[in-house]
Amino acid sequence: MRDMIKMVVVIAVLASFSGGLLAGLRNSTKEKIEYQQLVFVKGPAIRTILNECSNDPIVDRLKIKDADTERSFFVGVLNGEPQVVAFESSGKGFGGDIGVMVGVNLKDDKLLAIGVTTHSETPGLGSKSTDPAFGAKFKGLPIMDVTKVKSDGGQIDALTGATITTRGVCAAVTTAGDVYKRLKSQIQEKVKSIK
Amino acid sequence: MAKTVVQEFTKGLWAEVAPFRLVLGLCPVLAVTKTLENGVGMGLATTFVLVGSNILVSMLRNVIPSKVRIACFIVIIATFVTVVELLMQAFTYPLFLKLGIFIPLIVVNCIVLGRAEAFASKNGVAKSCADGLGMGLGFTLSLGLLGAVREIIGTGTLSLPFLYNIPIMGDGYRPFTFMVEAPGAFVALGLMLCLMNLIPKKA
Repeated sequence: MRDMIKMVVVIAVLASFSGGLLAGLRNSTKEKIEYQQLVFVKGPAIRTILNECSNDPIVDRLKIKDADTERSFFVGVLNGEPQVVAFESSGKGFGGDIGVMVGVNLKDDKLLAIGVTTHSETPGLGSKSTDPAFGAKFKGLPIMDVTKVKSDGGQIDALTGATITTRGVCAAVTTAGDVYKRLKSQIQEKVKSIK
Repeated sequence: MAKTVVQEFTKGLWAEVAPFRLVLGLCPVLAVTKTLENGVGMGLATTFVLVGSNILVSMLRNVIPSKVRIACFIVIIATFVTVVELLMQAFTYPLFLKLGIFIPLIVVNCIVLGRAEAFASKNGVAKSCADGLGMGLGFTLSLGLLGAVREIIGTGTLSLPFLYNIPIMGDGYRPFTFMVEAPGAFVALGLMLCLMNLIPKKA
C-alpha cells in the first residue's frame, strides 16, 4: 500500500513540476516564437508584396479584433506615409486550406499583390501559386469586389492544371475583401500611429 | 571496473560512440544527416536532452520507485525535449524548420532512455553528467561527420553555419544526389561502420 502511494505521489509531483516549468517557458518564449514565425513563414510573402516600402512591416504590425479572432495587419510606409497594409486570409484549395497574404492600398482600396504563404497543393501544378508572377496578376483589382477565376466569369486566369487551387486563392482574396470592408475604419485609425 | 569521470566522458567519443559502435538511435542518424549543419544541430539538441535527463535521473534515482521508473524517465526526457523545441523555435527557427518532426522524436531516441536506464539510474550525478556529455558529443560528431560526407558527395559543397557554401569538389564535379536521398544514408552509414571496424580496438 505504501508503495502504491509513493508511486502515485512521485509521478504526480514530477508531472506537475514539469508541466509548470513548460508552461512558464512557453509563456516567456511565445512572443519571440511568433516573431520568428512571421519572419520566416510569412516574411517572404510580406516582403514581396510590400517591396517598395521603406519600413519593416513585420515590426510595424497592428492587431485588430475581428469578432472572436485577432488579426495581424502589416503596415507598409510608402512615400513617407503609412498607406498600404498586408494581412492574411485563407480559402479552400485542392489539398486543404491555402493561406494567402493580401496587400491593399488604403487610398484606393486596390490590391498591390498577393502571396501564398501556406498550402498543401499538388507539387508542380497548384504549388505554382507561390510564384510571385501569379501573385502579381491580382495587382490593381479592387479588393471589395468578388474575385473569381475567368472560367467562372471572373478576372483571373487559372493556373494550368490547377483551376481549383486558383479558385481557392480567389476565394481567399474575396474573404480578405469582406474582412477589409468590416475593419477598414479601424485600420485607418490605427495606422496613423505608425510613421 | 570503476571508471573515473574522465573515462566516462571519453568512452562516448570513441569506444562506445552510439551510432557506430552500438548502432543505436538510427532514426535521426539516417533521416537528418543530409547536411553538416542539420547533423550538428540535431546532435547538439540531443546532447542537451541527454545531459539534462541524465543529471535529473541520477539526482532522483533514490526517490523514483523502480516499478514506475520508465514512466518517470519519460516525463523527465519529454520535458527536456519540449524545452529544446521551444528554445529552437525561439532562437534558431530555420534550423527548427529543417529538422521538423525529428526534434519532438528525440523523446523516443533510445540513446536517451538507454543512458537514463542503464547508467544514470545507477551512478552519481557527476559521472552521469560526464556520461551524458560524452555520449551526446559522440552522437553530435557522428551526425556531423555523416552529414558532411553525404553533403560533400551528394552536392559537391559544404555549407557551414553563418558562412557561404564552400565548393569542395570544384565546378567539374557532378553531384551524386543519391547520397542525399534516404538510401544514401544507409550506404554512407554502412561504409563508415566498415571503416571504423578496420581500425583495431585497443585490447
